[in-house]
Amino acid sequence: MKEKNIEAPLGGFALFRWLWRQLTSMRTALLLLMLLGLGSIPGSLFPQRTQNPMKVRDYLASHGSVGVWLDRLRFFDVYSSPWFSAIYLLLFISLIGCVLPRTLEHLKAIGKAPPLTPRNLDRMEGYEILSAGDLDKAQAWLRKKRFRIRRDENSISAEKGYSRETGNLLFHLSLILILVAVGVGSLFGSKGEAIVNVGERFINTPTSYDSLAFGKFQSDQSMQSFSLRVTDFSAKYDPATNAPQDYTLTVAAARPIGSSEKKVVIKVNSPLTYGNTKIYLQANGYSPVVTVRDKSGNITFHGPVTFLPQDANLTSIGAIKVPDMTPQIGFVGSFIPTYDRNSRRGAFSTFPEVLDPRLLLSVWKGNLGLDTGIPQSVYRLDTSKMTKIALKQLSLGETLNFGEGSITFDGWRSWVNLQIVDDPGKLYALTGAIFAIFGLLLSLFTRQRRIWVKRSNQVEIAGLAKNSAPGLIEELAQLKNWMEDEL
Amino acid sequence: MSSRQFAYLSNYAIYSAMFVYTVAFFSHAVEVAFSVRHAEDSTKFDFARTDKAGRIGTAMMILGQIFLTSGVLLRGLSAHRAPWGNMYEFSITGAMAFSGAYLFALIKYKLRWLGLPVSIAVLLTLGTAVAVLYRPSAPLVPALKSTWLIIHVSAAIVSGGVFLLANSIAATYLILDHIESRGERNAWAKKLPSLEYLDQLSYRLVAFVFPLWTFAVIAGAIWAESAWGRYWGWDPKETWAFITWIAYAAYLHARVTVGWRGRRAAWLCLFAGSTFLFNYVYVNIWGTGRHTYSGL
Repeated sequence: MKEKNIEAPLGGFALFRWLWRQLTSMRTALLLLMLLGLGSIPGSLFPQRTQNPMKVRDYLASHGSVGVWLDRLRFFDVYSSPWFSAIYLLLFISLIGCVLPRTLEHLKAIGKAPPLTPRNLDRMEGYEILSAGDLDKAQAWLRKKRFRIRRDENSISAEKGYSRETGNLLFHLSLILILVAVGVGSLFGSKGEAIVNVGERFINTPTSYDSLAFGKFQSDQSMQSFSLRVTDFSAKYDPATNAPQDYTLTVAAARPIGSSEKKVVIKVNSPLTYGNTKIYLQANGYSPVVTVRDKSGNITFHGPVTFLPQDANLTSIGAIKVPDMTPQIGFVGSFIPTYDRNSRRGAFSTFPEVLDPRLLLSVWKGNLGLDTGIPQSVYRLDTSKMTKIALKQLSLGETLNFGEGSITFDGWRSWVNLQIVDDPGKLYALTGAIFAIFGLLLSLFTRQRRIWVKRSNQVEIAGLAKNSAPGLIEELAQLKNWMEDEL
Repeated sequence: MSSRQFAYLSNYAIYSAMFVYTVAFFSHAVEVAFSVRHAEDSTKFDFARTDKAGRIGTAMMILGQIFLTSGVLLRGLSAHRAPWGNMYEFSITGAMAFSGAYLFALIKYKLRWLGLPVSIAVLLTLGTAVAVLYRPSAPLVPALKSTWLIIHVSAAIVSGGVFLLANSIAATYLILDHIESRGERNAWAKKLPSLEYLDQLSYRLVAFVFPLWTFAVIAGAIWAESAWGRYWGWDPKETWAFITWIAYAAYLHARVTVGWRGRRAAWLCLFAGSTFLFNYVYVNIWGTGRHTYSGL
């Protein structure tokens, strides 16, 4: 495995072979492993788009050209960046090139006799000249201890602990399996999120998702057919610390779509599993229910509007857009589940459950900007072409009349954020992980050692333990006792 | 008994443990500091006369371990769960794992001299936990309610304890190596084992616990799959656990295949251990991501 030839040869095949040897040397594999570790550091120091896109936006806004350059170097998408993928792929190839030949070599060595006894045993560990000794007797002892034995006329060469290499190879082959599994998952998987209000139905089609990402070789054709109707969601909080204690989501699930519904409970640590697809309960919040009427009292909007939680006590903000009124009307709102106020913070929530709710609204009229073709956040109101006409804090059932019409705070509903993940590589990764641990244990706890017995005009014994594993000297002492014992 | 009483008892047990570890620290310090020259032959040392201080030190380490373990158990009883919900609890359990790893290794190896750095480290950890990180005992947030909490966290904590022990030994190696490069060892250092012994010992500890650390990471991945919808998401904690894993893998390879020994191996061991500590301190306190719970 050592490659001393540093000079690169010219010419097609020779160059390729040289590159291959360099890449698959143990040194390169180790270097790439270190590089993978080093390369993953920036991803833990800078915000990542896959984890927190808002933070990335804030970072870019506040760091000017530094941020732009970091973005060009893909420091905000480290784990999908070309340079990280390059390290990953090179390591993968290097591992294969390193481990496969060794595996073949190891397989070929099955049942083969250990190498010849070296000429000078006195350089080995535990070298001793015995007072008496019979080679057959030594062989019997070594056989009983399950050594592999090469018997020559005047010497025995014995070796034990081949499973060290077996474990070593098993471990590295398992790592390759894990890398394959990660690849399968990202190429053939999909991952999406959807916010669903209690009482609503989620149908597993691409349009039902708020965000959905497919692997390169995956499309909406492969989505499982199922629907979930959210029948109940309950959240329990510790009255003393406000910390959440339990979330329980109950759904009526139909698989395939249109079949009879079954009641299923989903919790944070127990997702709903349909084959490779799993449905997780990821987050929750409140949707205030409002009714908007125009001047003549006709209902122009009615229903729950999803608001996004801003703190641990679920103070939530959102936007209500009513394009079907002239002029168009928009509301910027904040929903406070348990109301309190002070002079420093203004209105805020003191508990995450709805005990004393308020809806704070500012009313805007003008152009909502929905027909510009630029996608808009449903949680934000673009007020650039609007003017503020009213501001009010509503208790439950209260109505605000803002001249162009009125809005009534009817109630609220809980919403849940479902994360729906399809990862066909998962099982391979788990299998790889289990075998990796077995391989590791086998290779780290197997003592590999050789013992030699040689007869000339005297009898000598000696041994050699790989990686100076302990216990060899004791073993040789036992052998010595056995051989010198007259019986 | 009520939850609150258990929590109080737990606090008292921790305070008692701190007191006992202080005594252990002074006993070990006495043993190290007062090496008595031999009455007849002044070139030799009479270690028998400070041996008693060392034995008191070990007895105190065991007593401290008992108090500390009771403190951790009572904390768990008070909250009706494994006591691994916030950083105060991680710290007291981590200190327990570290001094436990020391006592466990003491059964097989001549390691009493390590009692001094171990007792200091445990005292500092407990001190920080009590003074800075203390949180009242409370139930777990829903994401932590899983059997994997016990499996994943205990594997990680035990690995951490042994990694830190290997680190202390590697550090001792480097200090003694520095002393020996200037000449003979000082009086106090003569009691410590040979460089070769220390070198082998820190390797054995790492080789022993590396599979457990691998298991801790895998158990975390399995849990993450059921709680967060993916087995690996490059969350800062996961990333650094992976970096620690790579660093120790490199250390093992450097020793087994490349044949690194002594100074270089010790530095690599220290580096790998520091990635573990960095993960604990940085990611829990300043980091973001899904491993930050309940304030701290």
